[in-house]
Amino acid sequence: MKIKIPIGAIAEPGSSVATKTGSWRTEKPEYTGEKPCTGCQSCVRACPEGAVTVEDKHFVVDLDFCKGCALCVAVCPIKGLSMEEEVR
Amino acid sequence: MAIAAKQERRVIEGSMAVAEMVKRCRPHVVSAYPITPQTHIVEDISEFVADGEMQCEFINCESEFSAISICLGASATGSRVYTATSSQGLLLMTEVLFNVSGLRLPILLTCANRAVSSPLSIWNDQQDSIAMRDSGWMQFYGEDNQEVADLHLQAYKIAEDHRVLLPVMVCMDGFILTHAFEPVELPAQEDVDAFLPPYQAVAKLDPQQPITMGAFADPNYYMEIRWQLEYAMQQAPAVIEQVAAEFEQTFGRPGLHALESYRTEGAETIILGLGSMLSAIKDTVDELRAEGEPVGAIKLRWYRPFPRQQLIEALRGVKRVAVMEKDISLGMGGAVCADLRSALYDLDQRPAITGFVVGLGGRDITNRTVRACYERVQRGPGENIWVELDEDLLDPDMLRAWKQQWE
Repeated sequence: MKIKIPIGAIAEPGSSVATKTGSWRTEKPEYTGEKPCTGCQSCVRACPEGAVTVEDKHFVVDLDFCKGCALCVAVCPIKGLSMEEEVR
Repeated sequence: MAIAAKQERRVIEGSMAVAEMVKRCRPHVVSAYPITPQTHIVEDISEFVADGEMQCEFINCESEFSAISICLGASATGSRVYTATSSQGLLLMTEVLFNVSGLRLPILLTCANRAVSSPLSIWNDQQDSIAMRDSGWMQFYGEDNQEVADLHLQAYKIAEDHRVLLPVMVCMDGFILTHAFEPVELPAQEDVDAFLPPYQAVAKLDPQQPITMGAFADPNYYMEIRWQLEYAMQQAPAVIEQVAAEFEQTFGRPGLHALESYRTEGAETIILGLGSMLSAIKDTVDELRAEGEPVGAIKLRWYRPFPRQQLIEALRGVKRVAVMEKDISLGMGGAVCADLRSALYDLDQRPAITGFVVGLGGRDITNRTVRACYERVQRGPGENIWVELDEDLLDPDMLRAWKQQWE
């Protein structure tokens, strides 16, 4: 979502979804596939941006908002995630 | 031209003239911290409020940082707001000055121009406001107390125009103007009310309709918001000229046009300056004209926005410009000179522009000062030339370097 900027950059409530924190990231978290995901949701609870979801034991990250903080990688009990370099 | 507006002519101090005009502009909130030489302005306003002559919240505070922060908050609620300061006080406001312009709050601030420390000086130069040139505030300079008072009235109307919505700094030379008694014509309240209607904010803080002002902007938004600011600065000249013309029609005195040209017809040399030094410059132009010298003067009323187009027009065909200014961007020279050179750089034919640093820390600018600058530019161009240093106070190396500027 993009918002048109009014004079003085006045923001209505709820407009923080327009702030794409994903632009801060240098590395992104990825499921390595080496070990089966247990669906424990630890990564979902750890994500400070609410950018991670797990559906049917399948790790999904919204890269518009993932800052690349790697908390999900750190908390994964089976060490099934890793940070991968991104190139623009 | 028949002027219908009634005026009251009084001999008053410059600070009082500003206070009287601000009173007529009906600000809702005034917050300021005392600092020489600005103090008399807000002292006078606080008396008006205490005596019931002004319906306004006068908020005392513990520093200039607080004063401008209070002003920011008050303006964000849709109020008309006023403050005044000088020198270190303006520098202490710096962080909030940038916030005020970014939030597009049309606050009016009087800068009673004073030198900055160190060394400590309470006397006049224009280093304080010039140092704030990148803050997104419009800056207007007045030559005498009548002009300074009139600038305040026009400044609110310009700042609050929805095509502009930028804060504005009216700059008046400390002591030279703030403490000088001069005859000043003050407009009647009903004429001011007709000229300056109540401020209509585009958005304001209201608990019933919550909004965020000054929100976080990530790299996807920041540049566009800064461009809005620059675009507003680019729109401002047309609005200022319009308000100046309306002011002249209503009150019959010169409006806030970018420049005042003085005896420039046929002039080969122009002496350009800001503020009260124009009285010495004009006086010297009269002397030099009487001696047959083709010289004129230009007064720069706007510094931000910088009146590039008006200067190109006014300086067409001129051979030499001497810029006299009471500030120094250390390591480069006077800021106004650098801006003027930049403004004219793309022209095929442009005058030789020489920058003179004069009057720092209250050093008097006399006809002799102006004449020294005039004679220096006749001998060829130069830059960052300091005028009337005391040779006895300089060690030999520094004295030699300074004297080379005058060869």
